[in-house]
Amino acid sequence: MRHAGTLTFVASQTELAKPLVEQVRSTRSTIALKIGMAASGLIFVLFVLLHMYGNLKAFGGEHAFNTYAHHLRTFGEPMLPYGGLLWIVRAVLIVSLVVHVATAATLWKRARRARRVRYAVKKNTGATWASLLMRWGGVTLLLFIIWHLLNFTIGKINVTGGPTDNPYRLLVDTFDTWWLTLIYLVAMAMLGAHLHHGVWSACQTLGLTSNARARRRAKAFGLVLALVITIGFSLVPIFTVFGVISY
Amino acid sequence: MNLTLKIWRQPDPVSEGALATYQVEDISEDMSFLEMLDVLNERLNSEGEEPIAFDSDCREGICGMCGLMINGDAHGPLRTTTCQLHMRTFKDGETITIEPWRSTAFPVLKDLCVDRRAFDRIIQQGGYVSVNTGAAPDAHAMPVPKAQADRAFDTATCIGCGACVASCPNGSASLFLGAKITHLGELPQGQAERDTRVVKMVAQHDHEGFGGCTNIGECAAACPKEIPLDVISQLNKDLRTAVRHGY
Repeated sequence: MRHAGTLTFVASQTELAKPLVEQVRSTRSTIALKIGMAASGLIFVLFVLLHMYGNLKAFGGEHAFNTYAHHLRTFGEPMLPYGGLLWIVRAVLIVSLVVHVATAATLWKRARRARRVRYAVKKNTGATWASLLMRWGGVTLLLFIIWHLLNFTIGKINVTGGPTDNPYRLLVDTFDTWWLTLIYLVAMAMLGAHLHHGVWSACQTLGLTSNARARRRAKAFGLVLALVITIGFSLVPIFTVFGVISY
Repeated sequence: MNLTLKIWRQPDPVSEGALATYQVEDISEDMSFLEMLDVLNERLNSEGEEPIAFDSDCREGICGMCGLMINGDAHGPLRTTTCQLHMRTFKDGETITIEPWRSTAFPVLKDLCVDRRAFDRIIQQGGYVSVNTGAAPDAHAMPVPKAQADRAFDTATCIGCGACVASCPNGSASLFLGAKITHLGELPQGQAERDTRVVKMVAQHDHEGFGGCTNIGECAAACPKEIPLDVISQLNKDLRTAVRHGY
């Protein structure tokens, strides 16, 4: 090359900037972080499916819904104390949330450091919209979960001033408020997008998609699961707005 | 063809760079992209200006030396290497932005040249098989099933150009890693070092400052050798196996 001399000089300035690493451990790798994220994510998927089943009980009316809520607490009695199973589930979910958020934050920070200088022009040709929304979508979901727990579990906030000790009426009062319904529907769309990419991505991270057919199936599975969960959760707020679910 | 080029100019690794604008005229659409840059450099030389530094070697798409970010696409809009991209892909009067690969692990040496020795160090950590040298073994002394031989061959076509890193929103080299891991892992000769290979190569990858994979798929869409995302699943699976084996 014409300016090989300059390049050789420049290259020598950065010589051996990073030596070979020693004392390596598989559990300290970025892939181990991803496996943690995938595993905790799959726990959330199982949870939201059960949660959705519980929500759909609202179509059965006040008695069916409130009985279900009560049974969640008495499940496993007398082997378990009152609310015992619920607390086991909560503990698993809290641990999963810590793992999911901590690994996401670590990988996010790594990704930012991996490209300090941004492109003036950058196209995304292989990405789906959902895949690029994972991180900020995840932050949105975290904020939603905090609000959701304040709304229905920890705070039991009834913005209409109605009863808070009756799960069914709290649900109906909440979704009779248009802006709360809007928050929930937007959050469910976000959850759908997160699952659309997240489910197949978890399969890939767990090494289950090592050929083209398995990849197509995992992507289809992710899309179907995202649609089922988004639509399943959206039914209750929508039917409450239209007065089908009422008291 | 007449074109407006916006090209990243940076005199050395430590100086600030910026996009500079050049007009090129009478470019034949049969020229390769690199020949178009050669024409520009001839003119810059004759005008006493420093020519634009860019990497190239074989110019037939098999060495992996060339690689430019062209209008936001690694190697330009076609799925090929930069040297195999022809000017007929562009329209007369078009503005083309040309940037170097952007990755903390690939520091810019000068203009469009980056230091990709991070890949060499990853290979040093396990991108090989250890064999006793001696007389050449008999052909077919070690049978390899056709499907595995094909997959090993397909993944061995990775030329280490770095387009996967350049196009990845996370600056991850997982496609490169996956290609190497799959290539050697499919063959009987690669089994002895399979666990240590994946752990050491991933550790070096992380140490170099590449990001973690989020399975977005930009890499596979940019790869001039059409290496599929399957190899990243294979990489994850091999790492997970190494965790189980205690490495």
